[in-house]
Amino acid sequence: MDISLQNVEYRYSVGTPFEHLAIADVSIDIPSGSYLAIIGHTGSGKSTVLQHLNALLKPTKGTVLIGSREIKAGRKEKNLKGVRKKVGIVFQFPEHQLFEETVEKDICFGPMNFGVSEEEAKRRARAAIFQVGLSEEILEKSPFDLSGGQMRRVAIAGVLAMDPECIVLDEPTAGLDPRGRKEIMDLFYRLHQERGLSTVLVTHSMEDAARYADEIVIMHKGKVRKKGSPKEIFSVPAELLELGLDVPEVVRFQMKLEQTFSTKFEKVCLSQDELTDMVASYLTGRTSL
Amino acid sequence: MKEPLVFLSNVSFQYDSQERPALNGINLEVHEGEWLAIVGHNGSGKSTLARLLNGLHYPKEGTIAISGIQLTEETVWDVRRQIGMVFQNPDNQFVGTTVQDDVAFGLENNGIPADVMAERVVDALNKVNMASFLDQEPHHLSGGQKQRVAIAGVIALRPAIIILDEATSMLDPRGREEVIDTMMKLQDQEKITVISITHDLEEAAKADRIIVMNKGEIYREGTPEEIFQMDEELVELGLDIPFPVKISKQLREKGINLSRHYLTEEELVAELWTSHSKM
Repeated sequence: MDISLQNVEYRYSVGTPFEHLAIADVSIDIPSGSYLAIIGHTGSGKSTVLQHLNALLKPTKGTVLIGSREIKAGRKEKNLKGVRKKVGIVFQFPEHQLFEETVEKDICFGPMNFGVSEEEAKRRARAAIFQVGLSEEILEKSPFDLSGGQMRRVAIAGVLAMDPECIVLDEPTAGLDPRGRKEIMDLFYRLHQERGLSTVLVTHSMEDAARYADEIVIMHKGKVRKKGSPKEIFSVPAELLELGLDVPEVVRFQMKLEQTFSTKFEKVCLSQDELTDMVASYLTGRTSL
Repeated sequence: MKEPLVFLSNVSFQYDSQERPALNGINLEVHEGEWLAIVGHNGSGKSTLARLLNGLHYPKEGTIAISGIQLTEETVWDVRRQIGMVFQNPDNQFVGTTVQDDVAFGLENNGIPADVMAERVVDALNKVNMASFLDQEPHHLSGGQKQRVAIAGVIALRPAIIILDEATSMLDPRGREEVIDTMMKLQDQEKITVISITHDLEEAAKADRIIVMNKGEIYREGTPEEIFQMDEELVELGLDIPFPVKISKQLREKGINLSRHYLTEEELVAELWTSHSKM
């Protein structure tokens, strides 16, 4: 399922003294099965864009296409359930939204809300709990007796059980320890590949954007500032730094080396291995001159 | 040597609902003016330790003394006057309707006279660089700004120790930097002792000393340099290796001579330059 934002504008509280333009002229294409990262400061409009991806917000100008469904500014849109079933959003700190008595009930809530039978919902809950790396016993527990990391996984299982075609992740690893972060990011990447899910990642982590995304969109002051592959985006690090954004550690390190050695390497490396290979052969060449 | 500001002897603690102790036989000293980082994976016991220091829980075994006062139910209020805590979620610790009301809240609770209070509020907000936000409402502030207000609320009470309980983990990179820079300035200028509970190793690298927690016990203790020599062992503990250390290691494996692990990128780049700039 392709998703596409075409010249989307969104204003909060239109017609009140609090009216506020959040995003303007935003065009983003998310082809089926692709992995897109959206980066930008707090307040750059990332979250507003995200909420258009399953019609939680409707554009005040422009069009949003979600599969065959068209959501146009200025039109009453009814029956958006179909759209919301296809696009699952994992919000920041999703564990804050757990509420049921047992993990199983919590995971079943979403699918049953979309008309899935109880039996089928339970089947999906079991499948989802394995997918997020937890064991079956946990289904009978209260979500509030779990550790923070387990709660996060249960909340994610709740989104997976809706069987979405696109999954939207808003800072999914905030607050987790380094191992937890890696496990969660690897989990989403595996699902992305195995299920052919489209994945949209909103993140502050340039490392994650560089490692996982096919395409990166930079949001700045409510507009799309730049789009491109990780190589394209990070090969001009100065541009990002100017916007007050970070670059991946590897890129930053390469910049420092280039400055100190007054040289320019032929390419921008995005992985540590690539970087250390290049630097090692450069240094060896230098001393054997 | 001076008496330690924080002294823990053989401290153990267990939550009622859990089968294993959350903390087991902890011995620890923290000295005045020190910046101590406590690192460990989620569930390693580091936040429980912070709660014990502030008398939010009491040890099942062992003793805790803060500034020479042994922590008991009778002395807990004296101890809490010594310790300020900044928690993880910026939105859960903003109680006032404006920035200055929020900072005044703690002072008011402590019965500080109004004129002294007004002075201390402004003074505290100056120290965290938020004095121009006096009448702002919390929803107009960024996460980093809210945490700085929380710090101001704490320092207005003039504690000897500030505990940061993952105080930067919900912030974006810019907010994280704001909070850490503010705390480093306070440690330096106000001689405040900082205990920072974190799994951000870049942050821990700035500490004077690091304690690594695992399964409720102190697994290792040392300077950042010593701790980061642990290398893969840190990864096994659910933590990470700081980036410059990873790069030094890989470069060495690829035949580049380096005398040691480097904790900062600057040091590493400088070393590469000196060792490879001439023949």
